[in-house]
Amino acid sequence: MAKAIKNNTLKLKFDTLKYAPAPESKSSAKIDAQYDLFINGKFEKPLSKKYFDTINPATEEKLANVADANAADVDKAVKAARNAYNNVWSKMPAKERGKYIYRIARMIQERAREFSVIETLDGGKPIRESRDIDIPLAANHFFYYAGWADKLEYAFPNKQPRSLGVAGQIIPWNFPLLMAAWKIAPALATGNTIVLKPAETTPLTALKLAEIIQESDLPPGVVNIITGAGATGAAIVNHPDINKIAFTGSTEVGKIIQRAVAGTNKKTTLELGGKAANIIFEDAAIDQAVEGIINGIYFNQGHVCCAGSRLFVQEPVYKIVMQKLKDRIATLIVGDPMDKNTDVGAINSKQQLETIHKYINIGKKEGLEIFESSCVLPRKGFFCKPTLFTNVAQSSRIAQEEIFGPVLAIQTFRTDDEVIEKANNTPFGLSAGVWTDKGSKVFNLTSKLRAGVIWANTYNKFDPTSPFGGYKESGFGREGGLHGLGAYLKL
Amino acid sequence: MIAEKKMVAVPDFRYSPHIDHVGVEERASRFTKRSIKAETKVNGLKLTLNMIDLTTLEGKDTDGKVKQLCYKAQHLHDAHQGLPTVAAICVYPSMVSVAKKTLGDSGINVASVATAFPSGQASRDVKIRDVKYAVNNGADEIDMVISRGRFLQGDYNFVFDEIAAVKEACGTARLKVILETGELVTYDNVRKASDIAMYAGADFIKTSTGKVTPAATMPVTLVMLEAIRDFYYKTGKMIAMKPAGGISKSKLALHYLVMLQETLGEAWMNNHWFRFGASSLANDVLMQLEKERTGVYQSANYFSID
Repeated sequence: MAKAIKNNTLKLKFDTLKYAPAPESKSSAKIDAQYDLFINGKFEKPLSKKYFDTINPATEEKLANVADANAADVDKAVKAARNAYNNVWSKMPAKERGKYIYRIARMIQERAREFSVIETLDGGKPIRESRDIDIPLAANHFFYYAGWADKLEYAFPNKQPRSLGVAGQIIPWNFPLLMAAWKIAPALATGNTIVLKPAETTPLTALKLAEIIQESDLPPGVVNIITGAGATGAAIVNHPDINKIAFTGSTEVGKIIQRAVAGTNKKTTLELGGKAANIIFEDAAIDQAVEGIINGIYFNQGHVCCAGSRLFVQEPVYKIVMQKLKDRIATLIVGDPMDKNTDVGAINSKQQLETIHKYINIGKKEGLEIFESSCVLPRKGFFCKPTLFTNVAQSSRIAQEEIFGPVLAIQTFRTDDEVIEKANNTPFGLSAGVWTDKGSKVFNLTSKLRAGVIWANTYNKFDPTSPFGGYKESGFGREGGLHGLGAYLKL
Repeated sequence: MIAEKKMVAVPDFRYSPHIDHVGVEERASRFTKRSIKAETKVNGLKLTLNMIDLTTLEGKDTDGKVKQLCYKAQHLHDAHQGLPTVAAICVYPSMVSVAKKTLGDSGINVASVATAFPSGQASRDVKIRDVKYAVNNGADEIDMVISRGRFLQGDYNFVFDEIAAVKEACGTARLKVILETGELVTYDNVRKASDIAMYAGADFIKTSTGKVTPAATMPVTLVMLEAIRDFYYKTGKMIAMKPAGGISKSKLALHYLVMLQETLGEAWMNNHWFRFGASSLANDVLMQLEKERTGVYQSANYFSID
């Protein structure tokens, strides 16, 4: 019916996967050759005398030497925190505390570009995500909790909220600065002092935050940032003079911590793994639901504890959802995290890439049907194609264990009750997603799903005012919002 | 390009897919985060020029004005070698013959609004005669408006039949169906109207007349592109898209191309399947192309205003 294309029709390449490179400049990021431990307001050489490398997972190039704190270093940091707590921070009027937190928030905003670039270089996440999500959200957490500092009695009416003392905080590598903000901001607002350990693969933005803290004139010892691997974390957890342990990371390590603090009077919050169900009903807005699936599992390379890694699609729309999902995966740009057009960046470490490959092989061996993006991966660096498995059963390991990578397990379901049972049939309980046009269905599911966070018609949305945390083996305690204050107070 | 035609039953338009407005707006804004540089940018800008329906739709239009516009359509900026022409010029039916004559064999199409544009408040008979008048004067494309009042009354069959009748009157001219999304208001309505238009025989679906605010927006266009994709999945038939009104900057036009490419793909990336209805976009694109060529921005005075 349509006429042949006329002569004046221009045919020019404007190909999604071949957009001209648009790299973010590295010039705003100053990375030192070596980083020491931030203890008592100063950068100090580790007593261990040891350092380890932190690398850029997208290029495998070394970025810096980072101090490896041993138990003696941890002790020194805890003593500094205790001293600051007893002599300065616990005596300071609350509104003064708030001023420091506001100042830190503003300084993060001012140096947002630098933080974004370093977050991407050190962790492998796309610059678009560091720039638009991680760093602004981190600043927002400080702003939000700064406001609470002098209003704690209004947050908890008829109680006398009192600070706990020294908080030991151990954070993961998936959202390095954001997790530091989740931990530091409420602890400061409630009048505690801090010993924080970032993950060994992504210590740089926490150390940059230490620089900001130093410049902000926060009294020495209120925040101490020490680097190291598992042994350093264990020294923090086992230190007798720590009043509170806040940990975000794997369920495996969470269990070790829980055993270690048993019988002590340390207050604990654990935010652990997840295997979230993302549930698409037949009456959902399908195109937006597909976007939610993508955002649920391929956001941050799937390195998200609340990732929607189990997809449940109601049978009448299964075919169309799969068709659209595969088409959408084809448009994901995978590659250099520093390119502003990259959607999926580098896997955080070689070790994590091996874990992901292990699970992909398990899925293949289980006889599941695999589909992966047709993208070409860079030769160097740790990359993984966005992958999905179909024909998955509830009994497949792919559907049971946390992979923490861009791998989606897809199952179908028939009725509401069936999907609720399947979604809850997991040792985890961190998050879930529900996609339907029907409000009553949303409320039915949110009341029956055993998950700490449930998103309706959206996914992976974070806000400082909203509490976040899990059920079952996804941990306990809440971070964010009013609940996040309670975790750092005697009430 | 057109895939094999399958027999597909006309669906019940009351059950057109729902649109989640938060989700669609979020998705649309994601396209604006793409950073379009260097060669991709130059290609995108040239494509944009080539996709423009250069438009004048005013009560005060005269032969003289239309002739000048037709000249501009063929000579966008002669100082710059190797520029494409626009896709079409878009005028009222009374201006079609002069446009056709002026454009000659340039390859540039003449599009004419018809069917009691822009309100569409006339009898079926008047609308059909309006279309035939334009076609008989040489219009290659007809831009009709749907009866928004009847649509909002829920009278989908009326709207469907009207489009089908206009399509028949078009003969070989390609039919663009203007939904006037600013009057339909909700994304659900936009989706429903898109489905009605495509099943009734539209060759293009088009957002707006340009006479109502808001005109084209990225989320509205995305809803329509997704409707086109679903129609293609079901029938194997490609439908073209034309956002119109409110797109006057090259950066925004590039965002639209990103959205088109990532929603419908390569096959739609030319002026047979995508148009911009715009009067002032061309000069901004020219200014950017000159900047890419020479490295400096030039004053607006260097670009003709037609």
